[in-house]
Amino acid sequence: MKKLLAALVGTMALATAPVALSAEATKELKMAYDADPVTLDIHEQLSGGILQLSHMTFDPLVRWTKDLGFEARLAESWERVDDKTMRFKLREGVKFHSGNELTTKDVKFTYDRLKESQDFKAIFKPFSGINIIDDYTFELVTSEPFPLLLNTATYIFPMDSKFYSGETADGKKKDAILKHGNSFASDNLSGTGPYVVTSRQQGVRMEFERFADYWDEESPGNVKKIVMTPIKENNTRVSALLSGGVDFIAPVPPTDLDRIKRDKDSDLVTMSGTRIILFHMNQERVEAFKNPKVRQAVAYAINQEGIASKIMKGFATPAAQLSPAGYQGHNESLKPRYDVEKARQLMKEAGYEDGFTITMMAPNNRYVNDDKIAQAAAAMLARINIKVDLKTLPKAQYWPEYDDRSADMMLIGWHADTEDSANFYEFLTFCTDADSGAGQYNAGNYCNPEIDALVEKANVETDLDKRAAMLQDVEKRLYDDAAFVPLHWQDLAWASKKNVKIEPILNVMNFPYLGDLVVE
Amino acid sequence: MLAFLVQRISQALLVMFVISVIAFAIQDGLGDPLQEMVGMSVSQEEREALREELGLNDSIVVQYLRFAGKAIQGDLGNSYFYGKPTLEVISEHLPATLELVIGASLIIMLLSVPIGVYAAIRPQALMAKFFMGVSTVGISIPVFLTAIVLIQIYSIGITVEWFPVDTGWGQWLNGALSTEGGLPSYGRGDDLTHLFGTWYSGFFSESGLLHLILPCVSLASIMLPLFIRLIRAEMMEVLQSDYIRYARAKGLSAVRINFLHALKNTMLPVITVGGVQVGVMVAYTILTETVFQWPGVGLMFLEAITRSDIPLIVAYLMVVGLIFVVTNTLVDLVYGLVNPTVKLTGKKA
Repeated sequence: MKKLLAALVGTMALATAPVALSAEATKELKMAYDADPVTLDIHEQLSGGILQLSHMTFDPLVRWTKDLGFEARLAESWERVDDKTMRFKLREGVKFHSGNELTTKDVKFTYDRLKESQDFKAIFKPFSGINIIDDYTFELVTSEPFPLLLNTATYIFPMDSKFYSGETADGKKKDAILKHGNSFASDNLSGTGPYVVTSRQQGVRMEFERFADYWDEESPGNVKKIVMTPIKENNTRVSALLSGGVDFIAPVPPTDLDRIKRDKDSDLVTMSGTRIILFHMNQERVEAFKNPKVRQAVAYAINQEGIASKIMKGFATPAAQLSPAGYQGHNESLKPRYDVEKARQLMKEAGYEDGFTITMMAPNNRYVNDDKIAQAAAAMLARINIKVDLKTLPKAQYWPEYDDRSADMMLIGWHADTEDSANFYEFLTFCTDADSGAGQYNAGNYCNPEIDALVEKANVETDLDKRAAMLQDVEKRLYDDAAFVPLHWQDLAWASKKNVKIEPILNVMNFPYLGDLVVE
Repeated sequence: MLAFLVQRISQALLVMFVISVIAFAIQDGLGDPLQEMVGMSVSQEEREALREELGLNDSIVVQYLRFAGKAIQGDLGNSYFYGKPTLEVISEHLPATLELVIGASLIIMLLSVPIGVYAAIRPQALMAKFFMGVSTVGISIPVFLTAIVLIQIYSIGITVEWFPVDTGWGQWLNGALSTEGGLPSYGRGDDLTHLFGTWYSGFFSESGLLHLILPCVSLASIMLPLFIRLIRAEMMEVLQSDYIRYARAKGLSAVRINFLHALKNTMLPVITVGGVQVGVMVAYTILTETVFQWPGVGLMFLEAITRSDIPLIVAYLMVVGLIFVVTNTLVDLVYGLVNPTVKLTGKKA
């Protein structure tokens, strides 16, 4: 099997690397995720799995800390030159798996490639260029003042420009990004990260070896070899941990939290997540939803706390807004407002005392308990005389329906790629504009240009305190207007054997920094 | 013989054609393959361009003709997810499934024949009744439940404390009912032996065999009761027939009568059913493979469905159709060998 997989890079890197591995890296880790990365090309798809792979085999310029701050990685330091320019100093002496040394050339190559990538180009839209000053100094330039420059820099994982340039034996360009069919980059990898991919059998297993020349000598990580197996079935994944087949699993399904807590050999780590689950109310399909009172009535009728405790088994944080705690836009004053009497009252005031009938759609295999949440919501709405015709669909069929906005209420979960509040509004509440892509997932067709303008203004405000105040104001207005029905932020859970110390390396972004993992 | 094969091959082609048409016709209902290929924040414009590139905007008829044109040359297209020819993906996953089916078939054969024969010869014996009772239970438990229970008992282990721990007998009973666990609960292990091509086998190493145990037992658990009952019923019937009475009257030994004369005729219908069931078993592996994260074609197919990986779905269905046709043809040939009175189609009686 090894032969079949032998990732070219792995062998190359091992051949050129000195034989002696850093003294303390001796442990082996077996882990199971629900899926393995679809490709080795970190610019092919923007997804959790790919970012997890990026953090294992590459390093970003800066990375998020547990408390949503920034930590220097390949960028040693940075300073603002002016409103639109940030100057970075690159760490010296960093080696790629191939043995090449990291310079600003690689950063430029990566930046250009990100601008080409279908999935990443949207995130890098605010950037207008990159200035190379010398081998270890460069500037990122944006077209407008951009407060989220560092947030975005967490997506820049410098790639080995020498390794990814040129042509393969059969004349294909090595830097091509190909969504379907195999490209050079989707099978070969050379990063600066703590682990080298030594073998990969898609959907079956993946093996990593600690990179002998890893630059971060202060990293406490002592894992020499990682074997990652995708285990899709929740029950099987948990069984694999409990039976000792693997040392670390994620995600842990809510139904098995107790089972793992009871097991004396296992540790469970949970965290309130940042993915918001919400319902849109489509104003173009339902006349009544144009009336803010009706929307508020719906918001009052839904019992977020009940859903979080009964359906999610406490594995969710009830939400009254989009931004989770820790985000700039998070407004402490907004609380879930469940009150059926008030809801009935509002319906009466709006002239819909007798209610009406609507259609509702939700996926049934995308989010934790998504179909059950929808069923509960439908039952809650029945109490204010809104009859719901509910349809749940597998995700592959749901999203095309969602794009067509083909039901009156639709469920969606959203995680902000930028870890910033504005991303929520831009995709979920902005007036829909097909040309700019604004409001792409606003299946409620809610449109309030005033709020949009406020967000746009916040997006060029580099004074972060002022910006936070603006975003919190946006959140409050959306709440008052009942632009949508927020439900909860889905919690995150990981579990490991007691001797695997996962707690320090986990974060709310769900990118375990496995390079720093300590196994006792 | 030749005419028979020609007929079967043309039947196979017809079956594959029908399957491909059906698979193509339902693809709209399977959802949009693009959803799995791009991130949420990718614009509609980009999606449209990719859809055009993949030819998803053409009408079903155009798409089918394009597919059929290539299929005639043996090219069933590329999987969206794996980015490789679908047949290559299937050939990488098929050995795992075949080993599972072989393992389960071995268990079934080794257990069902002796138990079935025993239950037929001694229908009143306590053991026979016990086996029949267990097999009734076995046939009514769905495979995934069997699998979960097996994993709990043999790989995680259970601790029983029903009996008083301060007495010797209580401790002994608790100990006897508790299990250590330790058997692998997922995958095929990392010690596989390369046989040829894409076939990496788990039959030649300790770790490979340990990984095979639970999935094979689970898969066998659905078919085993069926075969025990079938063999028992057939055997009982044969034992009543004239030639067996005659053999008894002639004074032949019981062993010779039971295992040479009776068993041979008992096996005729068993072979027919067995052949069909092997095909069914390949389909049943979908459940077993999911529970045990067994990297075979069943799991691959299930994932292809959630991802709407249409080329892979179509290719899988066609390959499974082919397996059905081939096993049925083999069964007919074997049948002819076991029972010379059976005439293959095309042969004059």
